[in-house]
Amino acid sequence: MTLTRRNVMIMGAGAFVAFGLPMRATAAAEDRIAEFTGGAAMADSGITLTAPEIAENGNTVPIEVAAPGAVEILVLATGNPTPGVATFKFGPLAASQTASTRIRLAGTQDVVAIAKMSDGSFAKASSNVKVTIGGCGG
Amino acid sequence: MAQDVTPRVKVPKSAAAGEAVAIKTLISHPMESGQRKDKEGNIIPRSIINRFTCEFNGQSVVDVTMEPAISTNPYIEFAATVPEAGEFKFTWYDDDGSVYEDIKPIALK
Repeated sequence: MTLTRRNVMIMGAGAFVAFGLPMRATAAAEDRIAEFTGGAAMADSGITLTAPEIAENGNTVPIEVAAPGAVEILVLATGNPTPGVATFKFGPLAASQTASTRIRLAGTQDVVAIAKMSDGSFAKASSNVKVTIGGCGG
Repeated sequence: MAQDVTPRVKVPKSAAAGEAVAIKTLISHPMESGQRKDKEGNIIPRSIINRFTCEFNGQSVVDVTMEPAISTNPYIEFAATVPEAGEFKFTWYDDDGSVYEDIKPIALK
């Protein structure tokens, strides 16, 4: 199609909307966090989130969470279409409150892990992962 | 019903009483996220394993709620305490209602 001035303006508007989209995805993650913590403050230490700095394949990104004394750990991918990844609940026979798994990341984003401790407090860790090929089906 | 869903679990054969053991679990499952579109442009519906639990002699070790961002063929590794000889029971719950189970015994050293 010929590149008229109207087309350029529409493309520009589209680009503006696309730029705004990542912000909305983070809002969904904020809602999940508020739901999990009930709005309580989260400490910076007490939970470790291990994730690669660069993930070549967004379809399978290995992560590990560890939070000694935690009852539950919530993992969110703030830049995915839906931020929820997994919730780990540790029972009485868990030797340590650690877990590893592989997740899908749609693009470069922050992965967030929040631990609910047995005393009711919360701790948060986040890790920025650069993704070269997105893992949510394109 | 997802096809050929096979669980594979790695548990040590024996442990000292009270010892912590690493448990590795894998289950072959496409974990269709509900984000992909087929050739005609229709969304392929979500169909994933949504929950995984591990119990030892009836007591919970770990209970994981899984969402579409878990990769295909979900791999979950965790640590369990072995107070006595017994059986680990692993259960995976599928969106479509299927339940997959695996049981691994462990002896005391």
